[in-house]
Amino acid sequence: MASPTAVLETRDLTIQFGGHVAVNRVSCAFQAGTLTAIVGPNGAGKTTWFNLISGQLRASAGSVHLFGEDITDLGVAARADKGLGRAFQLTNLFPDLSALENVRLAVASRHRIGHVFWQMASKRRDISDRAAEYLRQVNMLHRADDAVANLSHGDQRKLEVALMLALEPTVFMFDEPTAGMSVDEVPVILDLIAQIKQREDKVVLLVEHKMDVVRSLADRIVVLHNGELVADGEPTEVIASPIVQEAYLGVAAEAEESA
Amino acid sequence: MLKTLLSGDYPRSRPLTVVLLLMFLCLALGPFLFPGTRAFSTLGMICVFVIVVASYDLMLGYTHIVSFAHTMFFGIGAYGVAMTMDAMGKGFAPIFIGLGASLLVSLLLALLLGLLSLRVKAIFFALVTLAVAFAFLSLVTQLYHITGGEDGLRVRVPRELGPAFKPFDGELRGFSITTFLTGLFTDPGNLGEVWRESVFKARITGRDLMYYITFFVTVGVFLFLLRLVNSPFGRVLQAIRENEFRAQALGYRTVFYRTAVVIISALLATLAGVLFALINRYVNPENTLNFELMVFILLMCVIGGMGTLYGSVVGAVLFLLAQNYLQDVLKWLGGGLEPGSLLAELVGPERWLLWFGLLFVLSVYFFPAGIVGQLRLWAGRSSSRKQGNGDDTTAAGEQESGNKGKDGPVVS
Repeated sequence: MASPTAVLETRDLTIQFGGHVAVNRVSCAFQAGTLTAIVGPNGAGKTTWFNLISGQLRASAGSVHLFGEDITDLGVAARADKGLGRAFQLTNLFPDLSALENVRLAVASRHRIGHVFWQMASKRRDISDRAAEYLRQVNMLHRADDAVANLSHGDQRKLEVALMLALEPTVFMFDEPTAGMSVDEVPVILDLIAQIKQREDKVVLLVEHKMDVVRSLADRIVVLHNGELVADGEPTEVIASPIVQEAYLGVAAEAEESA
Repeated sequence: MLKTLLSGDYPRSRPLTVVLLLMFLCLALGPFLFPGTRAFSTLGMICVFVIVVASYDLMLGYTHIVSFAHTMFFGIGAYGVAMTMDAMGKGFAPIFIGLGASLLVSLLLALLLGLLSLRVKAIFFALVTLAVAFAFLSLVTQLYHITGGEDGLRVRVPRELGPAFKPFDGELRGFSITTFLTGLFTDPGNLGEVWRESVFKARITGRDLMYYITFFVTVGVFLFLLRLVNSPFGRVLQAIRENEFRAQALGYRTVFYRTAVVIISALLATLAGVLFALINRYVNPENTLNFELMVFILLMCVIGGMGTLYGSVVGAVLFLLAQNYLQDVLKWLGGGLEPGSLLAELVGPERWLLWFGLLFVLSVYFFPAGIVGQLRLWAGRSSSRKQGNGDDTTAAGEQESGNKGKDGPVVS
């Protein structure tokens, strides 16, 4: 399973909450320049697995490796620093700050100027300009000065993505990025994801329910069910496999209808 | 120039600007506007407590860290310099040794407390600081052979900072605002006379020097804090206050930032304590370490407006004025009333705490975001009304949203 060129790898990653095993011995490696869709019914452990990778949860057993280095014991901030970017499923921003300020915080982290206390933040035009550029990429520049609390749900989702872009990570983890977005907003985000995929050195992980999105973007599909990895491979192959038919396709068909 | 000094963080409300300018002028020219020792000591206390409250606001208002150990750091500074001077005698060397030693002690204690803050939740951190502060208080009372116990220590400042020292011959003229205003009311027809009565001879002594040292240190500290909260570092603090979880996910080691804030705040409180000892020239547990004092600091911060820094100036001035002069106001009010009547009893000077409490309740009721926060809110609303739906609504929205975060510390 392990491959020397893997950027990110989980080995027997497991987490238990009391008697419930939410993620059970999941081993998976991701190569640079690939986009992997992670599918599975609600409660399959997709988000929990993400939480284990980005460090919000600590594994009960198993390990996470980034560029071969064991990062299982590192905290959230340290992992983000090493290049794990995450856009959250439930929007998770700084509600009372402006959209621009939200992105500026991400840019400032990337440029490691968080400790600078002698300079006025507003004097750092370089940071503001970069932040504005990321806002433009997600079509949000016109809302730059609005407090996040006043933004629509779809705009907040786009801002989530802008924050991750601003961190310039190696691994992009999207957790249902288009959920709750209006129909005309979805292509903006999908285009962005496709662009990231073009870049050879990046790894994209995408949790997504919409099968048309998965089919058009993914190089590979990983199926989780009851916390276990039940299928892994080429999109067409995985979708056709009996185990997916049984475990997932009912849900997928519904999602496709609604999409 | 002004923008650089204030780090682009203006009062953002016209009434507030006027009030702050007035306060600044009164403090800057204090010894020449308010004659008498009581007024003089009130001026000094205001300067000292602006530092104490502003540094507390950095923790409470900007980072949502609730600490009850702020008086402990204040006391470390006050006792640090008092004890060094007690042991080494008069002179400037003991002052600086005391300052250095107490800063060092505060640094270590704050580092310990700050590192603890990552391990426990907000409410437990508050309780731990409370316990540490009480332990320190009883330590100071018990070690009476070096701290003077309940009696405290008298601080014998160098001659240059005392009343006997005259930096230059001759006298300066002062103009008593209080005499002038009283005269204006009681004898409005005789302005010339009132004017002449108001002019007094101000003898410049070492005490005035000490006052101006305190004043300039206060101005410096305040401008430093303004810069701090408007720097990239300050933005991260805001981010931690709003959503610590997300701040971490962006790669900020929030523990580092919280610890840094606890340390900076503690060091400034220590500095204020040193100034307090030198200007008050008497240090005891009651005026430096008492829990009541801690509550007062909290009140000043809340009344002024948390997370605004300017609020600490407004809060400290109003609170200390009320504390020092409310009794006189009540005495004056009760003067015209029939002695023994219910009304006269109610406004009796010994009832000042009752009125003090009432004032506090009213201020919280009418200024839920603190005085500064509320003034900014109103200024934001009126400017957005004037501009209609124009471009300026964003500025108002920012101000309003800026205040939303100051509703109170969230225990998470």
